[in-house]
Amino acid sequence: MSIKLTIDGKEVEADLGATILQTARKYGIYIPTLCDNPALEPYGGCRLCLVEVEGMPKPTTSCTTPVTEGMKVKTATPTVERLRKTVIELLLSDHPNDCMICERAGDCKLQEFAYFYGLRANRFYGKRRQYTKQDGNPFIERNMDKCILCGQCVRVCNEVQGVGAIDIAYRGFDAKVCPSFERDLNCEFCGQCVSVCPTGALSGRIWEKKGRALNVKEVETTCSYCGCGCQLNLHVRGNEIARVSSKPDTHNEGWLCVKGRFGYEFITSPDRLKTPLIKKDGKFTEATWDEAIAYIAARFKKIVEDHGPDSLAGLSSARCTNEENFLFQKFMRAVIGTNNVDHCARL
Amino acid sequence: MAGLVTVFGSGAMTNSVPETENNDVLFVIGSNTKENHPIVALRMLKAVKNGAKLIIADPRRIPLVKHAHLWLKQRHGTDVALINSIMHVMIKEDLINKKFIEERTEGFAKVAEAVEEYTPAIGEKITGVPREKIIEAARIYAAGKNAAIYYTMGITQHSHGTDNVYSLANLVLMAGNLGRPSVGLNPLRGQNNVQGASDMAAAPNVFPGYQKVTDEAARAKFEAEWKVKLPDKPGMTAIDMMYAAEAGKLKGLYIMGENPVMSDADQKHTIHALKSLEFLVVQDIFMTQTTELADVVLPAACFAEKDGTFTNTDRRVQRVRKALNPPGDARDDSAIIMELSRAMGYDMNYSDMSEVFDEAGRLWQNIAGINYRRIERHGIQWPCPNVEHHGTPYLFKDTFPIGKAKFSAIKFNPSLELPDEEYPFTLSTGRQLLQYHTGTMTRRVKAIDKTAHEAYVEINPADAGRMSIDNGAMVRVTSRRGSIKLKAKVTNVPDVGVVFIPFHYSEAAANVLTNPVYDPICKIPELKVCAVKLEKVQEDNNHAA
Repeated sequence: MSIKLTIDGKEVEADLGATILQTARKYGIYIPTLCDNPALEPYGGCRLCLVEVEGMPKPTTSCTTPVTEGMKVKTATPTVERLRKTVIELLLSDHPNDCMICERAGDCKLQEFAYFYGLRANRFYGKRRQYTKQDGNPFIERNMDKCILCGQCVRVCNEVQGVGAIDIAYRGFDAKVCPSFERDLNCEFCGQCVSVCPTGALSGRIWEKKGRALNVKEVETTCSYCGCGCQLNLHVRGNEIARVSSKPDTHNEGWLCVKGRFGYEFITSPDRLKTPLIKKDGKFTEATWDEAIAYIAARFKKIVEDHGPDSLAGLSSARCTNEENFLFQKFMRAVIGTNNVDHCARL
Repeated sequence: MAGLVTVFGSGAMTNSVPETENNDVLFVIGSNTKENHPIVALRMLKAVKNGAKLIIADPRRIPLVKHAHLWLKQRHGTDVALINSIMHVMIKEDLINKKFIEERTEGFAKVAEAVEEYTPAIGEKITGVPREKIIEAARIYAAGKNAAIYYTMGITQHSHGTDNVYSLANLVLMAGNLGRPSVGLNPLRGQNNVQGASDMAAAPNVFPGYQKVTDEAARAKFEAEWKVKLPDKPGMTAIDMMYAAEAGKLKGLYIMGENPVMSDADQKHTIHALKSLEFLVVQDIFMTQTTELADVVLPAACFAEKDGTFTNTDRRVQRVRKALNPPGDARDDSAIIMELSRAMGYDMNYSDMSEVFDEAGRLWQNIAGINYRRIERHGIQWPCPNVEHHGTPYLFKDTFPIGKAKFSAIKFNPSLELPDEEYPFTLSTGRQLLQYHTGTMTRRVKAIDKTAHEAYVEINPADAGRMSIDNGAMVRVTSRRGSIKLKAKVTNVPDVGVVFIPFHYSEAAANVLTNPVYDPICKIPELKVCAVKLEKVQEDNNHAA
């Protein structure tokens, strides 16, 4: 069933049950948010998406208010803009202004709103939250003083990942995100929480000082671990991966697992093979490509000559690309002349 | 996949991963999805949140069990009996799709006869699953309008793995659960490009696109494209290669990006086979237990250092892009093969990987419509026969590649090595969330290594208590083939009488213990069931044997 309403004077249509925010987004009408995530249930925590609805006594959160027939919504009146600015000011009043050294600078929603509302000085002074840093998590870096309690990490862990490792404990000024009873963390280290965090409160431990936005290029590729085939964005600076992310419009919906998100350190391992090696008298010695290729070709030819092509075999790889597999079996069949080619699909 | 090819004429997931969220019944059997296919598991959880019923059939208390409506804890290796019993109930209670059976399948009568003896009582006796649960599973599955089955190596890594797959196919056919979105039979692929390596014919009996090497027309097509006479006799499988090497019939082996010493069953046998070769070339990104045995080791580029495509578990061809330069003199595998080919006197010259893909497309209709330009932003699922085609999210809409799908009458056969007095425990092996396969990559990720540092054997608290084994104590696990020493992890994940070892750790390699007996059709080793004994080890310097 379709519902007709107007947003900022524009006539729009929405499905029954849709919220004002969802409808506005559908028509490209911008409403600022910090706690909303289209992949998660509506929450109504940050109060940034407040809008005025004709007939309602007070501004209402557009993310939790369903549309009704004939509704008249205004998304950017001076009143709601003033309220939004105050919300940002209040958040900043208890936020360390260390954007200079924050991993998320340039990719932080709070910083972005401060920029748009032109907030430098703050009207609100007072107590700030203090946290003793206690961090056993080898994958995820937490800076709790940068947490704005939007609850996205809690909700993604529960709603999407099905783990529920964390929740918001305590009330008011003491409220904070932590595991049950602030005890052991039952975590799968997927980093979904890191990917939805709008500020620098959560970040990848191995991302630290690897680069932010400047001189970082993003390369879209496919994860090389399991068969899910998740789409990754490798953030590359120099000849190193600074971090890994994934976009919400991918078939994996932007979600990754611990290996996909954090498991790339092997690439720069000092153990990587860097030169061909030929075994002489039981010991590997370094060789040039020309030497290695000539040596292999000569040995393969000799074996084929002496014992026929079927005395050679090749094992290709479920880890390599389609093109490499195609060329490998072509090499065995067309060049060596044998169908002795397989891979370990069975293991 | 040989099982599915026989039944349907095609061996791949019948559905897409995104379709999973629209399932109203999910039957997950022999798949620890949350740890091995984490992102597929998220879609399953989404379905459950939308109200779907989740049935898990797994001997271990895997993480997904927490979200299941029904958990069938069958004994290891008794899947055929469980599924036959479920089918028995469906036939008895008339929960089958007669129209589908009539129109799209053949051989139903044989199956009906074969499952006649598998009453829920017999099923309970063999599998240990209470008969009420078997009946409930049959009713839930049959009632699903969008019911799909998901499985992995828990089904296939058995000496009767193909039978297991046939049984699941029987179940799906009987319920008529094929040919629509969100209903089907879905083997989840364990490695990034198993589907692609199979499609591209890293296999001894077929050319790319599953075209038999014995088929004269297919051979002629490839001979014309490659301008060379091609062998018509099927070659050796990986398993056969190892035996042929031991027998002195295979002289040389060229391995690209695999570590059979760690991943194959019975490590002693694999090492002996590789040592028997006259000449072994291994191409990899790290020294591994396999490269150690090589005569020549070639340094390769990793996934982030090269261009190409992977085909994922739901037949989606997606781009791999070069982001970094490889270290030192390391090169793309493709560049190495081309150069070796030229040195052998056959000119392979491609300026770009897209040319290789296009050549494969000329030779195999199912990817003829896919090219790099079309998959620039999003992958395409084969079959995609022409450039106007948008790809195929689910298979077998109107027909099967072999016309009518085939039922197969399957009887239960026990695993080949069961516990006895001397070796009283069942050992099962697999992966865990943090590590990957033989650990070559993940064990070099510091945070992963810190969190999942050591090999361990999972033991049920009842067994541990009886044998006075504390959590973290060193134990020796011995099978008829070998023995390893590792830490005990006391947990209720495995059942009483069962132990589980992840196979990532070379210092306590699970495949020292496993039984190298194979499924006769697929040649998959029985990595999921063998008999072992446990002994406490006096605490010394913690060095693994």
